[in-house]
Amino acid sequence: MTGNLVLALLIGVLYAVGTYLLLQRTLTRVVLGLGLLSHGANLLLLAAGGRPGAVPFAGSTDGAAGAGTADPLPQAMVLTAIVITFGVTAFLLALAFRSWLLTGEDSVQDDVEDRRIAAASPAGHAHAARPEDEA
Amino acid sequence: MRVLVPLPVVLPLLAAALNVLLARWQPVQRTVSVLTLSAVLGTAVVLLREADGSGATVVQLGGWAAPAGISLVADRLSTLLLAVSAGVLLAVLLYAIGQGVTDGGRSQVAVFHPCYMVLAAGIAMAFLTGDLFNLFVAFEVMLVASYVLITLEGGAEQVRAGMTYVVTSLVASVLFVTAVGLVYAATGTVNMADAAVRLQDVPDGVRVALGLTLLVVFGIKAAIFPLFSWLPDSYPTAPSPVTAVFAGLLTKVGVYAVLRTQTLLFPDSPAIDRVLLVLAVLTMVVGILGALVQDELKRLLSFTIVSHIGYMLLGLGLASTAGLAGAVLYTVHHIVVQTTLFLVEGLVERRDGTASLRRSGGLQHVAPVLAVLYLLPALSLAGIPPLSGFVAKLGLLQAGLADGGALALTAVAAAVLTSLLTLYAMGKVWSEVFWGPVAEVVADADRTDDLDLGTARTPGLMLGAAVVAVVAGLAITVVAGPLYGLSARAAEDLVSPEGYVTAVLDGAP
Repeated sequence: MTGNLVLALLIGVLYAVGTYLLLQRTLTRVVLGLGLLSHGANLLLLAAGGRPGAVPFAGSTDGAAGAGTADPLPQAMVLTAIVITFGVTAFLLALAFRSWLLTGEDSVQDDVEDRRIAAASPAGHAHAARPEDEA
Repeated sequence: MRVLVPLPVVLPLLAAALNVLLARWQPVQRTVSVLTLSAVLGTAVVLLREADGSGATVVQLGGWAAPAGISLVADRLSTLLLAVSAGVLLAVLLYAIGQGVTDGGRSQVAVFHPCYMVLAAGIAMAFLTGDLFNLFVAFEVMLVASYVLITLEGGAEQVRAGMTYVVTSLVASVLFVTAVGLVYAATGTVNMADAAVRLQDVPDGVRVALGLTLLVVFGIKAAIFPLFSWLPDSYPTAPSPVTAVFAGLLTKVGVYAVLRTQTLLFPDSPAIDRVLLVLAVLTMVVGILGALVQDELKRLLSFTIVSHIGYMLLGLGLASTAGLAGAVLYTVHHIVVQTTLFLVEGLVERRDGTASLRRSGGLQHVAPVLAVLYLLPALSLAGIPPLSGFVAKLGLLQAGLADGGALALTAVAAAVLTSLLTLYAMGKVWSEVFWGPVAEVVADADRTDDLDLGTARTPGLMLGAAVVAVVAGLAITVVAGPLYGLSARAAEDLVSPEGYVTAVLDGAP
């Protein structure tokens, strides 16, 4: 199988930027990061199908089956994956919006254990008391 | 028999659609859900008998022969777990109906039933599918339903925990798509039986890399160390029945996926087996240490889920028939017992008005039945003879001793230590919640919602479902012999996957 350098680089960039955004504390960036990451994964799956080719109809007579035709399977799978990602991203956006409504902040909240540790240490307490520590 | 195989997936999906239409008629919704899950349970039992008697039943969906189409495979392992899951889903559904969390409460939209049915369909599909990409779809179906269920109440705490849960699951899904893409690039197929054949020609380095990528994906779903921290953080915020079904089934689906892919796609990989044993030790010990310092019953139990996933990994890491048999039996035991503990936790919270260990006490004086219901599964989880946990642990420990390697013996030692610490954690709950002076009941903070807290009135359905779950746990002890035999035959299938491969690839469409 021959590769496609531009596609490979694009996939790499999407994974890198997606991972970077995912590690941010702002919920909007997390959602965007996940979107980019899944684009990268979908492209990777598409690239796994090999080079583009003729239309792959079952039982088509022009050209020997398999030779010169595109591989339809990864395309079908990517389509499924895109639909799933779309639905889940919509849910995630709704959840992020709800979080903003409830807390007034577009940021990831500390979990129970974090809060407990922050409350236990005086330095951590001062740190936790500042709401804009990420800004 | 072949016509029965897709039913555990199709029936709940149909019921989910029906339940959306019936949103205003809640009694009808309940009937539809209960009847559907009963039918799934019956189907699963018939399939299990068939699989154990005359081998795996394979269905090629849409008449497309493997590897082009999607295969559904009902072999011993998948049907055994399917039957146990269907039983647990049914018991938890009855409990949830009794508790009243299913009726929509303030929002007046009964979204619980459709989501619960979709969850059941996703779980069944994950067990039955013989196709790697279809497994991804099954996970997504299951997870999307679980996203809604975990944020059912929609308060600040649920949304915070839900965010963590959804984002973590999504990262795992992205990695899953990546892994499927890489497997396809290496082998040109996503049918697991076909991939098992073709992966033998793939260079060792690539094979191990693919195996470890899939292990990371399923490791997140199964809450294996160090990928577990999302679990104790998110599960406790959901209503008790939702947490119970998540605790019993979602992580076990991840464990099943690890079992299936590692034995079928990557057999004879000593490198991965060593990794699995090390992860087993760390998961067991770190999980139970986390449980010991918790002050909230739900969080404590969530940490014990993580810890006990380690036992199943231990059996898999040994890569012997005895080890895998132990792992399968342990999975069955743990699904039932962990779910039961969360159901009982729901009853305790209802009685006391709180899940905090410090604020409750003396429950054995006011609710002796509850004390018995807690004690039996708790002792079983810790592995006290003759309860089911003891039988399952004994199988694993014997397999570990038979292996005899330094790593295997370390893992056995860690398993014994974890057992003792589990007993300590369960004892701590016992002394804080059930012993001591009777604590004042904490009043229900929000009387407008559908969760009643701090009341002595327990609906019969809730109590009945919990009793059934406890009795099912005891029944595992009674049928331990035949069940271990079945697990051993399932393990035999896993160790020599040729039967599985032939059944899928040579099966008529």
